[in-house]
Amino acid sequence: MSKLYTGAEIVFKCLEDQDVEYIFGYPGGAVLPIYDELKNHSSIKHILVRHEQGAGHAAEGYARSSGKPGVVLVTSGPGATNVVTALTDAYMDSVPLVCISGQVPTHLIGTDAFQECDTTGITRPCTKHNWLVKDIKELPKVMHEAFKVATTGRPGPVLIDIPKDIQFAKTNYTKFKKEKKLNGKSHNKFSQNEIDQLIDLISKAKKPVIYTGGGVINSGPQASETLKEFVRLIGFPITSTLQGLGAFPGDDNQFIGMLGMHGTYEANNAMHDCDLLINIGARFDDRITGKIDEFSPKSKKVHIDIDPSSINKIIKVDLAIVGDVNEVIKLAIKKINKKQNGLKDSNKQRISKWWEQIQKWRTKDSLGFVNSDKEIKPQHAVKRLYELTKNQDTFITTEVGQHQMWAAQHYKFNKPNRWMTSGGLGTMGYGLPAAVGVQIAHPDKLVIDIAGEASVLMTMQEMSTAVQYNLPIKIFILNNQYMGMVRQWQELLHEKNYSESYSEALPDFVKLAEAYGCKGIKADNPDELDDKIKEMIDYNGPVIFDCHVDPNENCFPMIPSGKPHNQMILGPSDKEENKITGKGKSLV
Amino acid sequence: MSSPKSAYSIPTKKGKLDTHIFVVWVDNESGVLARVVGLFSGRGYNIESLAVAEVDATKNISRITIVTTGTPQVIDQIKLQLKKLVPVHKVADFKREDKNVIFKEMALLKIVAQKKKIEKCLKECKKFNPVVLDKTNKSVVVQITALRREIDKMSKKLKPYGLTSTSRTGAIAMTRGAQTFK
Repeated sequence: MSKLYTGAEIVFKCLEDQDVEYIFGYPGGAVLPIYDELKNHSSIKHILVRHEQGAGHAAEGYARSSGKPGVVLVTSGPGATNVVTALTDAYMDSVPLVCISGQVPTHLIGTDAFQECDTTGITRPCTKHNWLVKDIKELPKVMHEAFKVATTGRPGPVLIDIPKDIQFAKTNYTKFKKEKKLNGKSHNKFSQNEIDQLIDLISKAKKPVIYTGGGVINSGPQASETLKEFVRLIGFPITSTLQGLGAFPGDDNQFIGMLGMHGTYEANNAMHDCDLLINIGARFDDRITGKIDEFSPKSKKVHIDIDPSSINKIIKVDLAIVGDVNEVIKLAIKKINKKQNGLKDSNKQRISKWWEQIQKWRTKDSLGFVNSDKEIKPQHAVKRLYELTKNQDTFITTEVGQHQMWAAQHYKFNKPNRWMTSGGLGTMGYGLPAAVGVQIAHPDKLVIDIAGEASVLMTMQEMSTAVQYNLPIKIFILNNQYMGMVRQWQELLHEKNYSESYSEALPDFVKLAEAYGCKGIKADNPDELDDKIKEMIDYNGPVIFDCHVDPNENCFPMIPSGKPHNQMILGPSDKEENKITGKGKSLV
Repeated sequence: MSSPKSAYSIPTKKGKLDTHIFVVWVDNESGVLARVVGLFSGRGYNIESLAVAEVDATKNISRITIVTTGTPQVIDQIKLQLKKLVPVHKVADFKREDKNVIFKEMALLKIVAQKKKIEKCLKECKKFNPVVLDKTNKSVVVQITALRREIDKMSKKLKPYGLTSTSRTGAIAMTRGAQTFK
């Protein structure tokens, strides 16, 4: 008879077989057997967080920057409920997470036992799938299936709930063989015919635009390379969603900036006026489309996505290609090169007028802002941060709000997996723990959380984690003392009734940093900004950088709610022009 | 129209609603019904009726039949979202008007009345394969199988004859002819 292993041992055997190096977690009564087993598995390092939400976001940061699934270990009851925000965040942004939660012993389930909750019930809508393991014999199979579900198709979080008695129970374990090509419940079944149709549309387009999303990043670094080749081959302008930034170099001339609510003038106008729209791995989110009825009214629409349910969910498309982004574009490139040798030149001629139009839009300089020599403008701070860090491989995480949009607008990403932000769920407090996870995955790289003072306080406790593991993360706070995005909406839509969006009694972030045992830097003068940013970068250890910025600055350009792409509010310089004509706030 | 004070867009006009019948083959494991039903409630879809039972004991397969209404886009989404659930094997989707599909519901009707009225009732039921399951001097329990709207009609009709209680199943469906849904 083969050797019998306990449930706790099997958990680790599976993690080892899945090549897991790090787990982010927090112990508690119902997972103690698993924690007890930790010491026997030296290849797996446990990162002790300060709150389970932090564990979830750290695992997200780890997953998004490394391409590997993030693993979370929490206890029953509050441990599980605390991780729900992070699971939902990962679900919305398609991040592969495997969350293992302890549960009260099987015989106590349903009795309202101490720290019991219906974990699988609570997490059912925010995971791709979850399991309550009631039979030890099921455990190895469930563990491996969990990794498969999390990482294949459109990735996402999964949860395995393991009652304490199952962690003690014994069974045998046969070594797991990884399947070669895993596609889970995905459908990589696109046809040659669809690719031919795509190429036909490409060759006929006069005003095309490519709109890419996080799907390109999730398809792996190779997909970004393929995308670059594809875009250069066909010469089309390319815009990206918030999540897709970095898949195509942000400083490339063919890149026309981010699109959507706070996207550039040229990107949104191109979306509106185009005659061919190729969506690659994006999902027509409502922050992108604006008013659905008037979304890109004149275009043929193509949607390439691995998730069939993303297609025609919001926007009806003319050609849907269900498949892995990398595979689809690779085949398209091959076909273009083989069949239509003339395409490259003739196509570029056909769209040259379109490029002229885009150049005209570009001259609006929609990301422009009026700089000041008295106060630090938040946009200026992000720009300086970019200039001073662009020569090294830098990883940026953000919280949620104005600072996030400014970071997306002014920080240029040239590589995938360098930009981690909470887009779908919009979770304030995401960036700091995510930075912890990113730094774990990339110990020698520069990791910066571009933060807002309100967001960062939501998960500030994770600084303690950063200090414990000597993670030199840099928390770059654009401190305007307001929940800036809330304030902006109140200014523009609620008659400047700044209801509860101002934080009185903010902590002294420098002292707070010192209390955590890391370095605090404060800047409130534009002249000292560069030197202080350099000081932050050069410091070998975690830093909280309190950058005091103009509290009244708004994030422009902006598509107001219920408006189509070609009706943007531009920035202050645009407003000034209109003041002269007495028109006030403008719609362009 | 005044501009909405919202960070979200305003709802656009709704399309035409169709009634569809979904047949879903799932692993018969705990929580699977909650996953399917949760998908409907979580995304704001309707369930008009629901019927579920195991159909293959060796393979542990249950067959869920759901009647729902929605715009063509919503119906499409329901189908695609159902297919994404891990325990779901296959999903069939039929329009209610589809002549190639048989839809049936079963109802148990309890009539408490005098003999004469009971007989009238049974006569009315004749079209719908009535089976008398229980009979006393004052009452009868009759089983009928019919379409939803036929049962609706019958319940209305039999009320004056002493129909006191109705219990009915959700619709179940099967295609006509030799083919099976793959």
